[in-house]
Amino acid sequence: MITLGDYLMVSGILFAIGFAGVMLRRNLIIILMSLELMLNAANLSLVAFSRFRVNSIGLPDYNAQVFVFFIITVAAAEIAVGLAIIVALYRARQTTDVSQISQLKF
Amino acid sequence: MSPFLFWVFALLTLIFGAAVVINRNPVASALSLVVSFLGLAALFMSLNAYFVGIIQVLVYAGAVMVLFLFIIMLLNLRAEESRRINWLASAGGVAVALILVGQIFSVISHLKIAQNPFPPLAGSTTDDVRNIGALLFTNYNLPFQIVGVLVLVATVGVVLLSRREPR
Repeated sequence: MITLGDYLMVSGILFAIGFAGVMLRRNLIIILMSLELMLNAANLSLVAFSRFRVNSIGLPDYNAQVFVFFIITVAAAEIAVGLAIIVALYRARQTTDVSQISQLKF
Repeated sequence: MSPFLFWVFALLTLIFGAAVVINRNPVASALSLVVSFLGLAALFMSLNAYFVGIIQVLVYAGAVMVLFLFIIMLLNLRAEESRRINWLASAGGVAVALILVGQIFSVISHLKIAQNPFPPLAGSTTDDVRNIGALLFTNYNLPFQIVGVLVLVATVGVVLLSRREPR
C-alpha cells in the first residue's frame, strides 16, 4: 500500500538532488535545471497533500492544486527571464561558468 | 495506482533527476530533465491530479525544454572538458544533500499521518479542471490577475534583456 510518506520521501530526495546540483555544478544552465527540479519536488508534495486531505463529499483539496498551477506559471516566467540573463551574460563574457563570473563589474 | 507502477515512475523520476546533475553534456542533461518531468507527471496522475499532470507535460516537457535546448544550441556550449574535479568540494556538497535527505527521512518516519494510506475518493473525480477553474475565478481571482501581470512583465523583460544595444 502506497502511503503519504512514500510520496513525501520521493519529493524530499528529488529536492536534495536539485539542491546538490545547485551546489556542485558550475554551468549556469544546469543550475537553472536543478532549480526546476527543486520547484517540482515542492509541487509533488503539494499534490500528495491535496490527495490526502479528502473533504466530506469525497473530493481532494483543490486549493493545493491551484497553488501548483501558480508555481508552474511563476517557474516558467522565471526560466524565461533567467535564460535571457544567461544569453546577455554570454554575449558580454563568452562563458556560462560561474567560477569565471566572480566580479560584479565587467 | 498499483504500488509497482508507483515505484517504477518514482525511480524513473529520481534516476533521471540525478542524471541531470551528473551528465557533463548540457544537451544530455536537458533530455534527462524531460524524462524526469514525464515521470513526475505520471506521479501527479497517480494522485488523481490529471489537470496538473497535463499542465506539467505541456509546460515543462513542451515549452521549458524547447527553451533550454534552444539556448544550449544558441550558445554553442560543448561538454565541459574533463578538468580536475575538486573532490573535497564535491564530497562536501553531496554530504550536505545527504544530511538533508536524512533529516527529511527522520521527520517523515516520526510523522503519524505519513503512515496512513490515501483515503478513498468519491466515484468520479475526473472533472478536476472544472473545480480548479472555479477556485481560480472565485477565491484566487486576485492572485490569478497578479500572475497575469507577472507573465506580461516577464515577456517585456525578456525582450529588453535579449535586445542588442543600439550603437
